[in-house]
Amino acid sequence: MSRDTGGVMSERIVLGIESSCDETGVGLVRLSADGRVELLADAVASSVDEHARFGGVVPEIASRAHLAAMAPTMRRALDESGLSLSDVDAIAVTAGPGLAGALMVGVASAKAYATALNVPLFGVNHLGGHVAVDTLEHGPLPERCLALLVSGGHSQLLLVEGVGEKITEVGTTIDDAAGEAYDKVARILDLPYPGGPPIDQQAKLGDPKAIAFPRGLTGPRDAKYDFSFSGLKTAVARWVETEQRAGRDIPIPDVCASFQEAVADVLTAKAVRAARDHDIDTLVISGGVAANSRLSELARERCAAAGITLRVPRPRLCTDNGAMIAALGAHVLHSGAKPSPLDMPANPGLPVHTIVVQ
Amino acid sequence: MRWCPLTRWTSVTSADVRWIAVLVIALDTSTPAVTAGLVDLDEGSPRVLAERVTINPRAHGELLMPQLVDVMEEAGRGFADVDAIVAGIGPGPFTGLRVGLATAAALGQACDVPVHPVCSLDAIAAAAEVTGPLLVATDARRKETYWAVYDGATRVDGPHVACPADVPTSGCAVAAGELAEAVGLDAVEPRFPTPAGLVAAAALDADPEPLVPLYLRRPDAEEPGKRKSVLTR
Ligand SMILES: [Zn+2]
Repeated sequence: MSRDTGGVMSERIVLGIESSCDETGVGLVRLSADGRVELLADAVASSVDEHARFGGVVPEIASRAHLAAMAPTMRRALDESGLSLSDVDAIAVTAGPGLAGALMVGVASAKAYATALNVPLFGVNHLGGHVAVDTLEHGPLPERCLALLVSGGHSQLLLVEGVGEKITEVGTTIDDAAGEAYDKVARILDLPYPGGPPIDQQAKLGDPKAIAFPRGLTGPRDAKYDFSFSGLKTAVARWVETEQRAGRDIPIPDVCASFQEAVADVLTAKAVRAARDHDIDTLVISGGVAANSRLSELARERCAAAGITLRVPRPRLCTDNGAMIAALGAHVLHSGAKPSPLDMPANPGLPVHTIVVQ
Repeated sequence: MRWCPLTRWTSVTSADVRWIAVLVIALDTSTPAVTAGLVDLDEGSPRVLAERVTINPRAHGELLMPQLVDVMEEAGRGFADVDAIVAGIGPGPFTGLRVGLATAAALGQACDVPVHPVCSLDAIAAAAEVTGPLLVATDARRKETYWAVYDGATRVDGPHVACPADVPTSGCAVAAGELAEAVGLDAVEPRFPTPAGLVAAAALDADPEPLVPLYLRRPDAEEPGKRKSVLTR
């Protein structure tokens, strides 16, 4: 443990372990006495290629890959930082939400590391990690901010009042996650999995106004901050099939651009509206879909118009990784939270307001 | 780390003296038993200093580490005293099995000690006091059994996964493991891997093999077929 000459804890090293989906991540951060958190290492192993032919993440394949990748990924993170395990002062691990079998590999590993090293263990919330990661890039967050999390697994609007202390859900998807809709539309168009990058690429060549795809849950009586992407995906399938039956070629760039516009429009409109309604001036966008070019462009425009500061971590930090869990662990540690018990279960349905499992 | 000469607990010629670890953590989560123990090899033959075994097929992840902490406390030893780890690599139901292996791998890395894999059925056979042919059968779920055949402590067939009816029992008078009766043989102890059996079955004097689970089954995963039409005619 690093202490200054007065015996007061000056800075601490926090290690983060992530295994909720198909990325095995180990990250290391340094927590300063004033609560600032600095990225030291971020090693990720992905099993995404093994899932490609199945068109989605296969839980058992992901779990096997986590077990095989955990120790080597730990090694890489330590090498990257120039630290050894004995330098670690606390360990954070994703306790949920996520795939049960996948989470269990990370949680079991973290318990063993923490016990053998005799350091506190914090089972933390994956979603909170997506928010906390931005402090590695852009420094401390204001007292209140709004976070839009968009990925293959989540589509959420979160009200953040202290990243290690209080996070509440303002809105969520009632069916598919945004990234899931990308994967399904990619399949309709015979584009590769995962669907985000190829659709984004094709969309740049197309006309976003070519096809008027529906904007889910935007009627006057609909839930103001919730999302729905299932209807959009079906609308794309219906449009494509109708054209095919009529013997016409599918204008893939136009379909991609129009679909992407519908997604970005709803996400940014609802995020900006929620920020206004809650009197909040900072929006963080994180998760794998945050890297989408149209989403970030439209978010920039609309936030500028509404006087909202937009913060988007670099793509590498937006996707699942161990650094985000280390970052959240550091904020939790700084807030003085009690460590998690050693019999802590992995919780696939961990609610977003549970930042650390007690 | 402390070491003792292998000659002190098994018979080899003096020209062949090798050195082995003396304080060994043994873990297994391949069956409904969550097994943790600490074994001392210093006194000539393996001695179990402390062990915790809980039967609970749904809580490997919750129980294993607290049990191991209890074991270390009861034995009055710390993780810094440990020389090696022995881990049952199955076969066993996957999710529970991975808890023991993830734990063992992390402990090995954190304590900087080798982790020795052991086929969990070998650990059961090693703890069974049977000199003749022995069948070991454990629950593979889905109405199947994991099985292997031993002659003394040597595995002569397996491990395999099969329906209980297809397990070849001719030649074996007795069976150990949770499904010993289910294959139609007289049952002998143990039903589950024990710390003593795990350590006895481990090749502690050799460089450890890679820590790879014995899944014996491929993941359930289907490639998507042709998309269904969304248009109603
Ligand atoms: Zn995520």
